[in-house]
Amino acid sequence: MTQLPLRAQLASALGRSAATLSRMTGRGDGSVIGGRVGLMLEPDLLRQLARDRKLALVSATNGKTTTTRLITSALLEVGEVATNVFGANMPAGHVSALSQHKDAPYGVLEVDEKYLPEVLDTTGAGVVCLMNLSRDQMDRAAEIWLLAQKWRRALSGKPTHVIANCDDPLVTWGASTAAKVTWVSGGQRWKEDSWCCPECGGPLDRKDADWACRECTFHRPEPQWVLDDDAVVDPRGQRWLLDIQLPGLANRSNAVMALAVAEAFDLPVERALPRLREVTSVAGRYTTVEREGRQARLLLAKNPAGWLEAFDVADPQLPIILSVNAQGPDGRDTSWLWDVDYRILRGRPVFVTGERRLDLALRLDVADVPFAVCETFSEALAMQPPGRVDVIANYTAFQQIRSEFGRAV
Amino acid sequence: MPSDSALRIVWIYPDLLSTYGDQGNVLVLEQRAQRRGIETETIHVRSADPVPETGDIYLIGGGEDRPQILAAARLRRDGGLHRAVNRGAALLAVCAGYQIMGSTFGGEEGQPVDGLGILDIASVRGPARAVGELVAEVDAALGLPTLTGFENHMGVTRLGPGVKPLSRTVKGTGNGDGFEGCYTGHIVGTYLHGPALARNPALADLLLAWRVGGQLAPLDDTRYELLRQERLNTVLAAG
Ligand SMILES: [Zn+2]
Repeated sequence: MTQLPLRAQLASALGRSAATLSRMTGRGDGSVIGGRVGLMLEPDLLRQLARDRKLALVSATNGKTTTTRLITSALLEVGEVATNVFGANMPAGHVSALSQHKDAPYGVLEVDEKYLPEVLDTTGAGVVCLMNLSRDQMDRAAEIWLLAQKWRRALSGKPTHVIANCDDPLVTWGASTAAKVTWVSGGQRWKEDSWCCPECGGPLDRKDADWACRECTFHRPEPQWVLDDDAVVDPRGQRWLLDIQLPGLANRSNAVMALAVAEAFDLPVERALPRLREVTSVAGRYTTVEREGRQARLLLAKNPAGWLEAFDVADPQLPIILSVNAQGPDGRDTSWLWDVDYRILRGRPVFVTGERRLDLALRLDVADVPFAVCETFSEALAMQPPGRVDVIANYTAFQQIRSEFGRAV
Repeated sequence: MPSDSALRIVWIYPDLLSTYGDQGNVLVLEQRAQRRGIETETIHVRSADPVPETGDIYLIGGGEDRPQILAAARLRRDGGLHRAVNRGAALLAVCAGYQIMGSTFGGEEGQPVDGLGILDIASVRGPARAVGELVAEVDAALGLPTLTGFENHMGVTRLGPGVKPLSRTVKGTGNGDGFEGCYTGHIVGTYLHGPALARNPALADLLLAWRVGGQLAPLDDTRYELLRQERLNTVLAAG
């Protein structure tokens, strides 16, 4: 790597010190404050830190953190990788990630959907991985049609190689201005945001994974990679069993995206796949915590599409605890609960907690799902018989449970 | 199969206007009718399909700018909703769906876009987004308890003489002039977005009563009341 200019070196070093201080004083993991300090001293720091590295940006409504982790794990096969492992997915987090591994030849950065155009412009990343777009915390997040429009403008005229999920019409539309796209059939479980053509607004006709607009020529491109249940078919038609440790269909989809990105870095499937198997949990997701003979597996679900993924992973034989908050990071509005079909939980013992348990309780009542309301997560756990229980929580509810049980990862 | 006597609930354009939990209004109406022994039939009308004219209660929800403009153009061309409300059907129009019932509303660049002219209102794009909890006292003539819900919009709506304000805002922005929503005949428009009826079951019952007639049997509303009180206490205490 070429040397950073002196000013950038200094900014980067001071940022790292701030991050260390933040961790030592227990104020956080340091991944944001360090980057902020660095950017304050040198506004051009991200560009300079990104220069001369092979970078992949990963964006989507759901699965960014996990897919970033999977790609990172794969690329460790060929060299050191800088990554925002704690999910700080805005420019300060990216500065911090790249500062901490300043000699790493590779970088894999999770990027907030809104920030993708800015981060792509600044870093000139060679690879961009786009997975899905769906409704998410509308009181603070941007409208998704508008987001896809911004992706189109950002990708147009750049040499970036895009890896995109062609089963999601809005992602396809957002990616299709790029000069080079590798299409991946990664599946789409949540379809409620893509019944209309992003190009003309006409109705989309759908048959299995395929889709096409009834009124214009916009249609699903032919995929080079195909997720087929528990296997992936690569561009040469070879079939690989996706025997990864992370559970559920959504993670197999994330894994296929990761394999396609790895290949864009010239890392073949036979070397990347064993690396994906090493990932067992991501920032606490899928971790099991234990108290007094009860083993609780933690599933994070932040929006309706995420709840569908969590239901896919949850064991129908087990009781289930649901915890919902509505703090800033969760979105202050709980309306989205009405987009989730909770009827799948009928017949399981269901326990409801979190700061907005009354919203969830009414939602379940209208869905005819019996439940018990608990003041706290500890109370809900204590009501379980010894053994396993699944937990689905949204963002801050999830973090509260994690911090109470220690940050087991 | 639904019988001829079933209450027909028509959800307009879930593929364009159902951004955030709008399905809740359908589910709450179904539940409150069914718990009273009233059979229901729900019709989801996609934007490529004609709007049936013989429904009892029509629901239309919120959406992004572009889908809102598309929905307005299609409903104007279709004409089914006009004919249904002229026949006396009830209509709950929420957020983007509320705006398009007027003569005009603001598009994504603030440009005026033609609405359906079903309600005597006109909307423009305001200077700032109104996001947050909303509390409002309903027009006494309707005899409903305090409205509670969430708003998230950029609209400013002026009411003409053909409609009455639905409520006076205690907290939040609503139409932008101290009032929230409007009503006339069997039509209610509101900025309370998404599942407005889940937080205001009495409003759901008003729509039902308009079509079913007579006194509706009381229901055990404990779950609704617990949520309403928690929300109203929290929001009003925040000042
Ligand atoms: Zn089209």
